[in-house]
Amino acid sequence: MSAYAATDDHDHNYINWEKGFWSWWMSIDHKRIGLMYLGTMLMFFAIGGFFALLVRIELFTPGETIMGAADYNTAFTLHGVVMIFLFIVPGIPATLGNFLLPLMIGAKDVAFPRLNRLSYWLYVLSGGVAVLAIVFRLDTGWTFYAPYSVQNSTAVVAATTAAFLGGFASILTGVNFLVTIHNMRAPGMHWGRLPLFVWTLYATAILQVVATPVIGITLLLLILENVFGLGVFDPDLGGDPVLFEHMFWFYSHPVVYIMILPAMGIVSEIIPVFSRKPIFGYRAIVYASVGIAAISFLVWGHHMFVAGMANLTRYIFSFLTFFVAVPTAVKVFNWISTLYKGSVTWDSPMLYALSFVFLFLIAGCTGIHLATLSTDAHYHDTYFVVAHFHYTIQGGAVIGLLGGLHFWFSKMFGRMYNEKLAKVGWLFLFIGFNGAFLPMFILGMEGMPRRYFDYPVEFTTLHQMATIGAFVNGLGYLFVFGNLGYAVFRGKKAGTNPYESLSLEWQTPSPPAHDNWETIPIVTDWTYGYGKPEDDESHAGH
Amino acid sequence: MFDLFTSMPEQAATWSADVDWLNDLITNLSVFFTVTLTGAMIYLGVKYRKKSEDQEVAYITHNAMLETVWTVVPTIICAVMFVYGIISYKEMRTPPSSAIEINVDAYSWRWDFTYPGGKKSTNTLVVPLGQPIRLIMTSHDVIHSFFIPAMRVKEDVYQGNYSYLWFEPIKLGEFHIFCAEYCGLQHSAMIGKVKVVTQEEYEDYLVDRKAGDAPQLSPAEAGKVLYTEKTCNTCHSLDGSQTLGPSFKGLFASKERKLADGTVVPIDENYIRESILQPQAKMVEGFSPIMPAFEGQLSEEDIANLIAYLKTL
Ligand code: HEC
Ligand SMILES: [Cu+2]
Ligand SMILES: [Cu+2]
Repeated sequence: MSAYAATDDHDHNYINWEKGFWSWWMSIDHKRIGLMYLGTMLMFFAIGGFFALLVRIELFTPGETIMGAADYNTAFTLHGVVMIFLFIVPGIPATLGNFLLPLMIGAKDVAFPRLNRLSYWLYVLSGGVAVLAIVFRLDTGWTFYAPYSVQNSTAVVAATTAAFLGGFASILTGVNFLVTIHNMRAPGMHWGRLPLFVWTLYATAILQVVATPVIGITLLLLILENVFGLGVFDPDLGGDPVLFEHMFWFYSHPVVYIMILPAMGIVSEIIPVFSRKPIFGYRAIVYASVGIAAISFLVWGHHMFVAGMANLTRYIFSFLTFFVAVPTAVKVFNWISTLYKGSVTWDSPMLYALSFVFLFLIAGCTGIHLATLSTDAHYHDTYFVVAHFHYTIQGGAVIGLLGGLHFWFSKMFGRMYNEKLAKVGWLFLFIGFNGAFLPMFILGMEGMPRRYFDYPVEFTTLHQMATIGAFVNGLGYLFVFGNLGYAVFRGKKAGTNPYESLSLEWQTPSPPAHDNWETIPIVTDWTYGYGKPEDDESHAGH
Repeated sequence: MFDLFTSMPEQAATWSADVDWLNDLITNLSVFFTVTLTGAMIYLGVKYRKKSEDQEVAYITHNAMLETVWTVVPTIICAVMFVYGIISYKEMRTPPSSAIEINVDAYSWRWDFTYPGGKKSTNTLVVPLGQPIRLIMTSHDVIHSFFIPAMRVKEDVYQGNYSYLWFEPIKLGEFHIFCAEYCGLQHSAMIGKVKVVTQEEYEDYLVDRKAGDAPQLSPAEAGKVLYTEKTCNTCHSLDGSQTLGPSFKGLFASKERKLADGTVVPIDENYIRESILQPQAKMVEGFSPIMPAFEGQLSEEDIANLIAYLKTL
C-alpha cells in the first residue's frame, strides 16, 4: 500500500475533538453518529433481552408461571418489535457501517453527513414513539397481521409509526451508503479492491432503499385503517388480510438479509486477518452477496406456504427459496478454505467469526426444512421456525456484530479489552445460545406452535432446557458488554494496527482524527494481499 | 432411515411416514454437512495455527475448478430436495373426490365442526379410520391456523373465504389440534383434538342425539330449503335447461367454468361462494349480469348449506 497521510496528532481524535452532549447530538461526523447509534441500539437490545427473559421464565412451566396470557402476549410482542425494529434493522450498517465505511474507502465522511445525522434523529424519535407501544401494551406480535392488528388501535398505531420512522432512518442510511460507495472512494480504490464488508454494505443498501418503502406504505395503510377505518386489510371493512401478508413479507424477507449480509461482510474481514491469508474467492463472495440480495426479493412467499396461496405459487416460491441456499453455501466454503495453509490465531474476533460460520450452517440447513413444501406444512409457525430465525439473527447477525465490535474496538476507542475475559464471555454466549435454541428445533418437530402462553405438559422438559440456556446466554451478554464497557474507559491503550491488517481503516490512528485523513490516501493494491509474493503483479481480487 | 435426530409426532396419516422420510433425509444431510464443514474448519484452524512469527503462508486467492464444484453440487442437492418436496406435497393438495367433507368454523377461540349429516361438535373432530377427510374451513374473525401435528397438515383460516385441507387417518386414537396462527389472548387455548374412530363408531356418533332434540337437517337439506326461500330457483334450473342463469345440473361434476372474459376457473367452494355473494366478480360466459348480490343477506352457515346442496345436484 502507499503512503497514508493520517493525522499523527494523537491528542486530537474524534472523541475528544469537542466535548459535551450537544457536540455529539449535533455532530455530523460519521464516527460519532455510528457510536451514538451503537449506544442507543444496545440500550434497546437490553430492553428486548429483558422481554425475552420474561417470556422464557413464563414458559418454564405450563400454564401461568409468573404472568397471565395477556402479559405474556405483550412480552413476546415487545421482544420482537424492539429487537427487530429498534435493534437489528439499523443493526450493523448504522453502527459499524457508519463508523467504518468512509475509513475503509479512504473518504473523509459519508456523502451526505447531514442526512446521516437526520437518520439518527429519526431513529431516536422512532425509539421514543415505540415506548408508547410499550406503555399501551402492544400484543399483535411483531408481524402486525391484520385483521387482529386492526382491533388494537392505540398500541398498533404507536408501534407502526415507530417502525415507519425507523424505516425512514434506514432508507437514509442506504441512500447515503450507495452514493458514498459510488462517489467517494479514494483514488485507486476501484471495485475489485473494495473490502468485502463494503461490498456487503453496498448490497444491503440496495435492499434498504428498494424494500423499505414497501413496509412504509404497508404500515401507513395499517395506520389509516386503524384511525379512519380504511378497508384495505380487514375483511369486515371489505379488505384482504392476505394482501397484508404479501406486502409485509415483501419487505420482511429482504430485511433478513439487511441484517445478515453485513455480518457476512464482517466475517469476510476477520478471517483473512487472523489467517494472514487473502480471502479465498473474493469475486465469488462479491457475486454471492449481490446475488443473495437480488434473490431475496423473490422469495417472500415462503412465509405464506400455508396461507391459502394457489398451488403453483407455492411451488414457485419453494423453488426460488432453494436458490438462496446456493450463494450462502458458496460463502461458507470460501471462509473455511481461507484457513488452508494460513497462520491462524484464535483471538476473540476470530472465535466470533468461526462460530458465526458454524451457527449459520445450522441456520441455513434448517432453512431447507422450511423451504421444502411438505415438511414446511408441519414446521410452519412452530418452534422450529423460532429456532431457525434465532440461529440466523442472533447466531448470525448478532454474533457477527459482536465479532466486528471486538475486532474494531481498538480502532473505535483507542483501547483494548481484556482478551481472556472476552474469550470467557464468548464461551458463555456460545453455550447459552445453543442451549436455548437447539431444544426449540425439537419442540418444533414435536409440533409445539409458537406464541403459546400455555402448552401441553409433554413439552415441559424442552422448554425448561431452553429457559436455562436463555439465562446462560443472557449472562454471556452481561459478561461481554461488561468487559467491553470497562475497556472503553479503562482498557489498555492500543496501537494503531494491533492485528497488522492491510485494510485502510487500520492505517489511521486509534481513535481516528475528527476528519479521518489529512490528505486522502492513494490505494495501489487490494485489501487482502497477505503473504503476497514480491513478483505477483495482480492488484485486485479474483 | 437413520432417524437419531428427529422426534416427529406419531404417524397418524397416510403420508406421515413419507413426510418424515424426507424430513430425515434433510436432517441427516444437514447434520452431515454441518459436522464435516465445522470439523474441516476446526481442523484447518488448528493445523495451520500460528506456530512462529515468520510462519510461511500460501498466497492462494481462488481456484476456479473448486469453486465451480461447490456451486454446482449444492445446486443439485437443492434441486433434488425441491422435487422430493413437490412430489409428496402434491398428494397433500389433491383430495380424492370420495373424501368426507366436514366444515370447520374458526372463532376466537374455538373450532366448530359440521359433519355431512348436520351433526355439530366443538373442538373435537371425530373422523373414521381409513377414510379421506376433507376440511372446508373459514374464520369468523381474525386469522387462525388449523394444525394437526400427527397428520402433518396445517393451513391458515381466513374470514371471507375457504381454505382446504385433507388427510386420511391410519391410526385410531386422539391427536392434538392446535391453532398455529397467533389470534389474541387465548391463542394457546384454541386447541382441540382429532378423534379417529372405527367406521361403526363414526356412524353411531353422527346419529347420536339427545332425546328430545329437534330432528336435524343435513347441510344439503337445509340448503335445499334456502334455495327456494332465497328465490335462486327463479333464475336457475336443476334439470339442465337454461333459463336466466346457468343450470345447476352437474355443477360440481363439470369441474371448470369458462368466464365471459375468456378465463377458465375451477369450480370449488370459493368460486361458488363468490358467485353467490358477488355474482358480477366472475361472470359466466353467455349470461347477463342480472343476479343480485347476496352479500350481507346470507349467514356463513347459509352459504355453507347452499354449497352443500349445490354439490348434490
Ligand atoms: C335474477 C336472477 C338470478 C337469481 C335470483 C339468482 N341467480 Fe345466480 N346467476 C344468475 C345469472 C344470470 C348467472 C350467470 C352470470 C353470473 O355469473 O353472474 C348466475 C350465476 C350463478 C352462479 C355461478 C354458476 C356457474 O355455473 O358458474 C351461482 C353459483 C349462482 N348463480 C348461485 C345462485 C344462488 C345460490 C342463488 C340464490 C341465493 C342465485 N344464484 C340467484 C342469475 C340469478
Ligand atoms: Cu424469509
Ligand atoms: Cu390462534
